Amino acid sequence: MNRKLYNKFLDKSFTILGLVATLIGLVVLSALLIDVFTDGMGRLSWQFLMSYPSRRPEEAGILSAWVGTVWVMILTGLIAFPIGVMAGIYLEEYEKKTWFSNIIEINIANLAGVPSIIYGLLGLGLFVRVLALERSVLSGAATLAILVLPIIILSTREALRAVPFSIREASYALGATRWQTIRSQVLPAAMPGVLTGAILAMSRAIGETAPLITIGALTYVAFLPTSPISSEFPYISFQGIFDAFTVLPIQIFNWVSRPQKGFFTDAAAGIIVLLMITFIMNGIAVWLRYRYQKKIRW
Amino acid sequence: METAFKVKNLKAYYGPKEALKDVSFDILKKTVTAIIGPSGCGKSTFIRCLNRMNDLVLGFNVKGEILYDGKNIYSKDIDVIDIRRQIGMVFQKPNPFPKSIYENVVYGLRIQGINRKETLDNVVEESLRKAAIWEEVKDRLHTSALQLSGGQQQRLCIARAIATEPEVILFDEPCSALDPIATAKIEDLITALKQEYTVVIVTHNMQQAARVSEYTGFFMMGELVEFDATQKIFTTPSNKMTEDYITGRFG
Repeated sequence: MNRKLYNKFLDKSFTILGLVATLIGLVVLSALLIDVFTDGMGRLSWQFLMSYPSRRPEEAGILSAWVGTVWVMILTGLIAFPIGVMAGIYLEEYEKKTWFSNIIEINIANLAGVPSIIYGLLGLGLFVRVLALERSVLSGAATLAILVLPIIILSTREALRAVPFSIREASYALGATRWQTIRSQVLPAAMPGVLTGAILAMSRAIGETAPLITIGALTYVAFLPTSPISSEFPYISFQGIFDAFTVLPIQIFNWVSRPQKGFFTDAAAGIIVLLMITFIMNGIAVWLRYRYQKKIRW
Repeated sequence: METAFKVKNLKAYYGPKEALKDVSFDILKKTVTAIIGPSGCGKSTFIRCLNRMNDLVLGFNVKGEILYDGKNIYSKDIDVIDIRRQIGMVFQKPNPFPKSIYENVVYGLRIQGINRKETLDNVVEESLRKAAIWEEVKDRLHTSALQLSGGQQQRLCIARAIATEPEVILFDEPCSALDPIATAKIEDLITALKQEYTVVIVTHNMQQAARVSEYTGFFMMGELVEFDATQKIFTTPSNKMTEDYITGRFG
């Protein structure tokens, strides 16, 4: 075979190999989805969503699990997003380059790769024991917030770095302070990227099971955290964040490990609900990002 | 004529590298002063000293003085924010904010806490008129500034600089990214602006310096080789290097 033909052959082969590699991911994902949907779709009902777990698979539901997931995710976002974005802004815009700042940066990059069970142990030691928050929604959310913090910090920095320096120059040249420049020009321009990072972070947090089991989230919960809205003065209650909880992945894990076939169906239906919540959450983030993108007019 | 800037023994460093070597000369009020010279001669470094934009560069350092209205702008009791409000700047590449035309012009006022709609509306019209772009954009003030052509964007940047009522406007190669027609418009504008403002312009285009300026400084390798009336620099320069440069023998 001459050189030219050989090169052409290589080129073709790589195209095919690449296509196969891409398809593997797609095929596996759709196989999983189809499998889960055929198993669980029939079990999905109002009763399933509105019932507590039970010994009998046909009566069991995921009310406490999905409400717990929603509580934990909202609280995780409220803790992780402001801290992560502020840390990202500080590191990118304010920090002076010293050996100490280098150590901080390397550590943050490494933290993103630490196994989640380690964060669970940290949460158990710090939040549950030292701060005596018990096995509460707050303990769980704080643990997950620390877990996703590096992701938010890194993506915030990336987004800030993508804003052209000429925009900062223009702002400074008009007599703006550093904070004014960041607040009015850099941050709005970086916001779509920051939100993309937040989506990734929350998508990771919603599926985490290990750290929550480590801090002692319950597997059988037949009650809900105290409702944040009450009919009596002052109408708003934050008591719920101190209550015990479970989340969807834990409930699913629990059902999968049972021998009865019925719980297997329950688990599949639970996975569908978990996917739905993930989609809704990502949808909200995508919508937010779209709104910010419309506000800045590149 | 009154002096705007008195530059005295100015030396500038990027880390250990010396970018300006002992530069001294005066810039007069309400005139156009051009700074010319080959690439890397320190002309951009120099103009960025005048409003302390170089403060943003890590490891940058100056020695010597730049007196503006009799005060050294590099002295410790000077607020750099005040300096930049009085001394506006237009950059090499048009750099409008990714916002509406209107918001671009009023940004300098908003950060000073001026938010009265009437005041802002007036400033927008006045600034855009002075920058000779009002007629082109008056019907689309609230559309994105990034939809404008390069030349329009640069005139918008000039309007944005005018809006805060500075006394000086610095131009750092304002036409290097523009076509000849847009360049001619900016040059006309600069000539008109000197009625009210002190203008300093860095350019690598010698014809441009000859067309728009009254005084010209020729920089080379961080030194001010010659500073004189533009007419004299371009007809009878006293330094051999200046002559070689303007006749195109190098650079």
